[in-house]
Amino acid sequence: MTRSVPVRVHRDLARAITAIENGYASFGDTLATLPARENGKASFVVGVTGPPGAGKSTLVDRLIEKFRAGGETVAVIAVDPSSPFTHGAVLGDRVRMQRHSGDTGVFIRSMASRESGGGLAPTTHDATALAAHAGFDVILVETVGVGQVELEIVAVADVVAVVTVPALGDSVQTIKAGLTEIADLFVVNMADRPGASRTALDLKHMVRESGRDVAVLQTIASEGTGIDDVMVALTAARASESSNAGRAVRFEVVRNIRDAAVRRALAVLDAPRGRSVLERLRAGELTRLEAREELLVYALAEVINAD
Amino acid sequence: MPIKVLVAKPGLDGHDRGAKIVARALRDAGMEVVYTGLHQTPEMIVTAAVQEDVDVIGVSILSGAHMTVFPRIMKLLEERGVDDICVIGGGVIQENDVPKLKVLGVREIFDADATTQNLIDGIERVVAEFGRARKRTGAATPAS
Ligand SMILES: Nc1nc2c(ncn2[C@@H]2O[C@H](COP(=O)(O)OP(=O)(O)OP(=O)(O)O)[C@@H](O)[C@H]2O)c(=O)[nH]1
Ligand SMILES: [Mg+2]
Repeated sequence: MTRSVPVRVHRDLARAITAIENGYASFGDTLATLPARENGKASFVVGVTGPPGAGKSTLVDRLIEKFRAGGETVAVIAVDPSSPFTHGAVLGDRVRMQRHSGDTGVFIRSMASRESGGGLAPTTHDATALAAHAGFDVILVETVGVGQVELEIVAVADVVAVVTVPALGDSVQTIKAGLTEIADLFVVNMADRPGASRTALDLKHMVRESGRDVAVLQTIASEGTGIDDVMVALTAARASESSNAGRAVRFEVVRNIRDAAVRRALAVLDAPRGRSVLERLRAGELTRLEAREELLVYALAEVINAD
Repeated sequence: MPIKVLVAKPGLDGHDRGAKIVARALRDAGMEVVYTGLHQTPEMIVTAAVQEDVDVIGVSILSGAHMTVFPRIMKLLEERGVDDICVIGGGVIQENDVPKLKVLGVREIFDADATTQNLIDGIERVVAEFGRARKRTGAATPAS
């Protein structure tokens, strides 16, 4: 049977996400505004990432269709970039998904990335958790069009699909820098364009070198071609349970260390020793590199003393 | 927090150049603009507005269908228990229809000569006057 979700829950989930996004309610309070999930099952969270215009939203639209055909309810969280200058954003991902508008088993929410630089909005993780709590079986999270370093999706999704397009020259090299580490699945979209097989082959070589077991598939998302293969790969990943759990923990640890390091570094800058380094830098007595090294020594000493 | 606006283009008329220009102008004024594409039915507009939980729905109509589109939007919002989203309209709308639309609850009507700056100012005014910041102070409403 095809499940659906009461329209009322759509409204309450939407409001809950706004409350979290705009910081006028705590996560716990917001959770309490939603009816508790009935079937006790965990949601399956699929991350869809890749460069701008690669066809992420079009692929998400196709995946919605397939998951719905399997009777599951689907929530989409689609993130688009905010302007760093005006803080405004045009959120256009749902244009590609409008044919699901009349289906109450599908909830689509756009988020502006706001001040976050990780390819997601600061509260996308919480929004995903709220959608899970509201009972959606599958949650598709589309990141902003990313380059190499925006890897936050790993901390949110159970499975990450990296969407690329047939390479122009060295773009496979570009992907290599970060997205390979987080991909559970590579999708070479726009396979109707020249060079798709070549790009897929390059990716397969790259995957083999990295020693990870990652499928490389080709799709024409705009025509719905190759989507069944993507579903097979996603279903397999879903069955293998914790494919992402290890990386998510690693990512969390890295982020915590980074945040802690930033806090310590700022503390060092405020301390007399740090201030004196800054003054000597300003007076031209130190080069930037020397100043950095000296500050690092202080910061590390702080860390060691703290332990 | 940025004002969140749905820019909607119902009906079968034309292209979406105008709507896209408006969307970009609102973005440049610091708003978060959801754009849903051409040929939107009132059902699609309201579904998107509810899921996106926008502050404002801005409807652009050139086809003369405003006296069917706006009543339908207002009715659907009511049916879905939403009373804190402001609806505004623009495009080609006869002057003597404006009071009728206002009675329905449409907060503001911009004529075809309105500049994007007029729109920006109008949206900010409508949100300040009728927006959720006044209605929903503090927290999400608990489920009953
Ligand atoms: N030729 C071709 N065009 C495609 C294919 N898939 C998507 N497109 C088109 O590519 C354009 C961009 O697609 P989107 O799905 O919006 O891409 P996106 O990655 O979500 O873009 P951003 O969210 O802006 O980064 C649209 O015009 C699609 O119709 C494909 O397989 N082949
Ligand atoms: Mg997109």
